[in-house]
Amino acid sequence: MTTGTGEALLRIDRLSLKRGRNTVLDEVSLSLGRGRSLGLLGESGAGKSTLAMAIIGLLREPEVGLSGSLVFDGTELTELSESRFQTLRGRRIGLIFQDAMGSLDPCFTVGSQICEPLRRHLKLDKRQALDRAAQLLDSVGIPDARARLSAYPHQLSGGMQQRVMIAIALACDPELLIADEPTSALDVTIQAQIMTLVMDRVRALGSSAVFVLHDLALAAQVCDEVAVMYGGQIVETGPSALLLGSPLHPYTQGLRACVVELDSHELEPLAGNVPDPGDMPPGCRFATRCPKAGPRCTQVRPPLVELEGRRVACWVAQGEPVGVAS
Amino acid sequence: MSATPASRGPASGAATRPVLPADAEACVHDAAALFSAPGSAAPPPSGALARAWRRIRRERSAVIGLCIVGAFALLALLAPLIATHDPTEQNLEHALMPPGAEHWLGTDSFGQDMYSRLLYGARLALGIGFASVGLGLAGGMVIGLVAGLVGGWVEWALMRLVDAILAFPEIILAIAFVAVLGLGIDKVIYALAISFVGPFARIVRSDVLQVKSRPFVEAAGLMGVPQTALIVRHLLPNVMPSLLVQAGIRISTAILLESGLSFFGIGVVPPTPDWGLMIAEGRAFITMAPWISGVPGIALAVLLVGLTLLGDGLRDAFSPRSEGR
Amino acid sequence: MFRSAAGKGLQTLLVLLIVSIASFWFLKLAPGDPVTLLLGSEYSPQAHARLTRELGLDQPVWTQYGLWLSRFVQGDWGKSFITRDDIFTQAVFQALPVTLALAALSLALALLVGVPAGVLAALRKGRWPDYFVSSLSVLGSAFPSFYLGIVLIWVFGVALGWFPTMGFVRPWEDLVGGLHHLALPAITLACYYTGLIAITTRASLIEVMNQPFIKAVRARGEPMSRVVGVHAMRNVLMPLVTVIGLQLGGLLRGAVMTEVVFAVPGLGSMITTAVLNREYGVVQAGIMLTALFFVLVNLLVDQLYTLLDPRLRRR
Repeated sequence: MTTGTGEALLRIDRLSLKRGRNTVLDEVSLSLGRGRSLGLLGESGAGKSTLAMAIIGLLREPEVGLSGSLVFDGTELTELSESRFQTLRGRRIGLIFQDAMGSLDPCFTVGSQICEPLRRHLKLDKRQALDRAAQLLDSVGIPDARARLSAYPHQLSGGMQQRVMIAIALACDPELLIADEPTSALDVTIQAQIMTLVMDRVRALGSSAVFVLHDLALAAQVCDEVAVMYGGQIVETGPSALLLGSPLHPYTQGLRACVVELDSHELEPLAGNVPDPGDMPPGCRFATRCPKAGPRCTQVRPPLVELEGRRVACWVAQGEPVGVAS
Repeated sequence: MSATPASRGPASGAATRPVLPADAEACVHDAAALFSAPGSAAPPPSGALARAWRRIRRERSAVIGLCIVGAFALLALLAPLIATHDPTEQNLEHALMPPGAEHWLGTDSFGQDMYSRLLYGARLALGIGFASVGLGLAGGMVIGLVAGLVGGWVEWALMRLVDAILAFPEIILAIAFVAVLGLGIDKVIYALAISFVGPFARIVRSDVLQVKSRPFVEAAGLMGVPQTALIVRHLLPNVMPSLLVQAGIRISTAILLESGLSFFGIGVVPPTPDWGLMIAEGRAFITMAPWISGVPGIALAVLLVGLTLLGDGLRDAFSPRSEGR
Repeated sequence: MFRSAAGKGLQTLLVLLIVSIASFWFLKLAPGDPVTLLLGSEYSPQAHARLTRELGLDQPVWTQYGLWLSRFVQGDWGKSFITRDDIFTQAVFQALPVTLALAALSLALALLVGVPAGVLAALRKGRWPDYFVSSLSVLGSAFPSFYLGIVLIWVFGVALGWFPTMGFVRPWEDLVGGLHHLALPAITLACYYTGLIAITTRASLIEVMNQPFIKAVRARGEPMSRVVGVHAMRNVLMPLVTVIGLQLGGLLRGAVMTEVVFAVPGLGSMITTAVLNREYGVVQAGIMLTALFFVLVNLLVDQLYTLLDPRLRRR
């Protein structure tokens, strides 16, 4: 692994993804340095998971229309051949899914599934792979690891299945780990354990991580940086403590208000819903639900601009006139 | 921000206590049904038939199947009107004639007109098919109802009987009954019907048990309202789709079995215009007069394909997944 | 697991018992007097009375059943009126192996053609290979096998002369000759199952490919050949075996029809000729044998499920 912490491991530049007529990702731009962690926040349908899938290449031409640039360690992923991409997946980029039970093949033992990337990417033979697999299970906190290798997924609890998923994703010491809502399907008591485990392992490897989350508090705790997505666009991105502490974009502000404080008795939900991908307005996509929006907001899309230590895409935040709301 | 989990109805088949129902809405509806006068019919779910038709229409295979079967049904119904000759009239001077002006599809070795025999054969095939499946359906419903409603050792005995029937492959059962009952159209219908009883009985019985365990039925029992009529009334709308799908699948089996038996000579007797018989008769002349086997053979193949498509289409139309489309 | 196996075994035994009662009753209901038929030309009132006593036919019905059953399980199935052959030998050692050979060959053919066809249709869903395979499959599964047999005999046997049109050579005596004679019947019989297997494989594969774990396997960097060939297909096995098991009745039906058309001396021919000759003893033996086999194979398929789907195994 090359050092040089100043260079971005992952650089996404104006990436757009179209499914049929719908623009699911709209000119997304992000960068992630080595050893850094990024949280993708937003409601369902904002495009977070789609972005995660696009990064690891499970969504490619011709099933979807891609434009823009996606660079991983200097390699342009959008132009990479499928066979070369396969050498990246599981080896240098690992992915953890939300649904651990569904993500494990029910007909194969846990051990054989962990060994798969080990034998394919690291070219280990059967015995070496099994040894390493037992080590991996142990490192993710599964007791009696050796015996567990011959267990089937349905024989494990939800928490253990997720640990297995983590073991598989980290099996080849990837430089980038993508975790798509890794704890959403778990009991609250286990969520903290799992997140701690993931962060420990990632930090131990010195890898970068992208977390798809909808929990602001979790993002604040775990991620160095945060990018808030809405309707397929990045609306605000920057260091997590700063951004979540004093958000500038009305949407981020609204998200924060939704989080129930322990000593407050009020829930302040955001009005409305994410519009359908088919009928997105031309301007800011949040304008229809935004309490501060003006006519300019619906017509002209605000660019992502450096402001107070983060980047935000909002006319109001930038102090631009938006006209009087009717 | 996360979606609320969809409310679910009462667990199927599980014994639920009447005290705290899982689905309030269903219970209100059920309670209303409970207090309606015994004589009045429970209001069926609005436009159930129309909904069913719409689902069928969406399945392309079902539509194609329906067209094919419909065409044959039409031919069968109109046979007496559109046939050109008496199907059993022999005319040895005109034997083995290829398709032509007088005999549109040629004649067989006895001089009988193939076109007319085709039409009447369709009549016979569809008639036997529907009759045997209908009889099997009726018998299965009776057995299923009795088994489900009475319960106890009666249910156990009846279900073991059904197991025994299902233990025999259909063709063996059909052959056995024909051997005992003798040949002829009616015997064939009975023979086939008996082998079809099994699946229908099982479906009806399991549905009876399911309805029986619903809270409002238990409540009715506690209050002294007769359960049987209530169960039967609520059973039919639920069970109709599955029965319909099964029936659709069975009709093609019935026709295939019937023509097969006739082909072997242990089904319908000559000179009845049966496609199986016709194929057998035409076998000897396959090289010099291929239409004798060909006309009934291809007709049978097309009808069976149509029935298969219809059966599969019905099954797909009524499967739980298609509801969301 | 022991308890469920024992329970299943008991239930199966019970079903077999009821099947045997039904078969016994079948013979009772059959027209004609078996004693008279057995005596044939040696008929006389005294002989009739004597044979009736010998066969125990003057006993109460349930005693007769008991006698019959005890004889049956010992392999004494009586003798054929016509050939004077031992029915047991004829059915189990002559006819059964033939039917098994035909069925096995057909199943092998059906799997060999049907599974790849289904996979192709699933992977090219919505495009012309899919329509092609799906249409052919529906046609194959619905086409009446006795008519198909006649057509194949005409085309390949008579017109082209590639295959013999009827008769049978035992494959275990002469492999090439046997296969040559079995080829057309096996192809005819295979059509039904091939269609069914292709349709099932296609539907299952489509459903399995939509499962989340397929994406997970791809995310590990496995090539599509392994994703489909190993992971997806392994999960398709279970529904496939289920359908094959469920449609065994159809296989047998096709086998009976095919045997008659091609004059293959299997169980199907044996039973149908016996019905035509009013040889009810033979018919009864055939019924019991096929039912027995049917029940056993279904039991085997049930056991196969637990082997195939780890979720069904009880530890």
